[in-house]
Amino acid sequence: MSSRPELQAPPEIFYDDTEARKYTSSSRIVEIQAKLSERAVELLALPDDGVPRLLLDIGCGSGLSGETLTENGHQWIGLDISQSMLDIALEREVEGDLILGDMGQGLGLRPGVIDGAISISAIQWLCNADKSSHEPRLRLKAFFGSLYKCLARGARAAFQVYPENLAQRELILSYAMRAGFAGGVVVDFPHSTKKRKEYIVLTCGPPSISTAVPKGKGEEGESCSDDESSGDEENQTVSISDRHRPRKKQKTNKKGKGREWILRKKEQMRRKGNTVPPDTKYTGRKRKARF
Amino acid sequence: MTLLTHNMLSSNIKGVTNGFPLHIEAEKVVEKQVEINHDFRRNIFPKIKWKAFVDASRILGYVELPEEAPEPSVLESDHEFLGKFHHALLELHIEEGALFCPETERKFPINKGIPNMLLRYNLQEVFAFLILL
Repeated sequence: MSSRPELQAPPEIFYDDTEARKYTSSSRIVEIQAKLSERAVELLALPDDGVPRLLLDIGCGSGLSGETLTENGHQWIGLDISQSMLDIALEREVEGDLILGDMGQGLGLRPGVIDGAISISAIQWLCNADKSSHEPRLRLKAFFGSLYKCLARGARAAFQVYPENLAQRELILSYAMRAGFAGGVVVDFPHSTKKRKEYIVLTCGPPSISTAVPKGKGEEGESCSDDESSGDEENQTVSISDRHRPRKKQKTNKKGKGREWILRKKEQMRRKGNTVPPDTKYTGRKRKARF
Repeated sequence: MTLLTHNMLSSNIKGVTNGFPLHIEAEKVVEKQVEINHDFRRNIFPKIKWKAFVDASRILGYVELPEEAPEPSVLESDHEFLGKFHHALLELHIEEGALFCPETERKFPINKGIPNMLLRYNLQEVFAFLILL
């Protein structure tokens, strides 16, 4: 069975009592959620004047992401479709107000009142048709349309998403643009398979300098090429003769692989976002013979 | 659910032009202590629709707020008013009850403080949806 929860059941059924319980008992999930929401708040780029804002947490679930908002001193309203997850949120006594609702049916908020919106791993659910009455395109349209209405001018929205493929990301983005948003995708750690995280950052209002999409973490200017283009290049260069190439070409002489090789490998790991000790004069230095 | 959220919510039924404010039917109201934050109230005050806010607070049995919206300058000086505003905005919670769409009378029940805004696609709602398309 696929590991993607979107393919297993609709959200209000997938996030049942046992699944919701994981969000309090698993410290790993708690830590990841806190990190994701911390980054999402950073991407909102709220003015740094200490004034609490009214934020929206779409797919707030058990309120883990909302706790980060509370820690940052903001007032928030959380929306989720799963009663079980909201029950957990009540149990945790979160500060924000909770609403049981479906984002695909529109948000139902007054125009221009919300100062910013975050969402952690929820938007990709919109692309599913779990009921016969569900039509992903209409649900995306209803969601982004109502979001655009309720956000104040210049307010931002930062959504962490796990798109299934490129087409799905394009679909989500195109509906956001159609609703009037400016913005794009921020990818953190594009070289890592595990730590790679995508955020859709949208700004309410016409494009300007302030709406420029911020840069992702662990990404360099030259290396931020899209996976599709680099993948295509690889496909072109692969030939049949490559199959008979010996597995390991790495030459190791008596001296070992050398300082240069170590530095290169360390750089590679750094790009993936791993924690790597700094390069010093001791890096790759040979031990004394009497050791 | 606080009155702040009530003041932001409107009915999202398709075809409803004026879904604000939702009528309140409160069965159980609780009070929770919340720390006062002056900056937040200054930020939120211009966004509050005063009439709906006062009417909602009356329904919950809190009658201290003035009928007319005060000038924003009052926020700086009148501490007594600030306390009342804060109390009504964030400390009064509707625990059990229901909200009603002002146009269609559609009922949104509130359980354990969480309003259920899910629209079940019943015949009437689907019909309104199709007309819009």
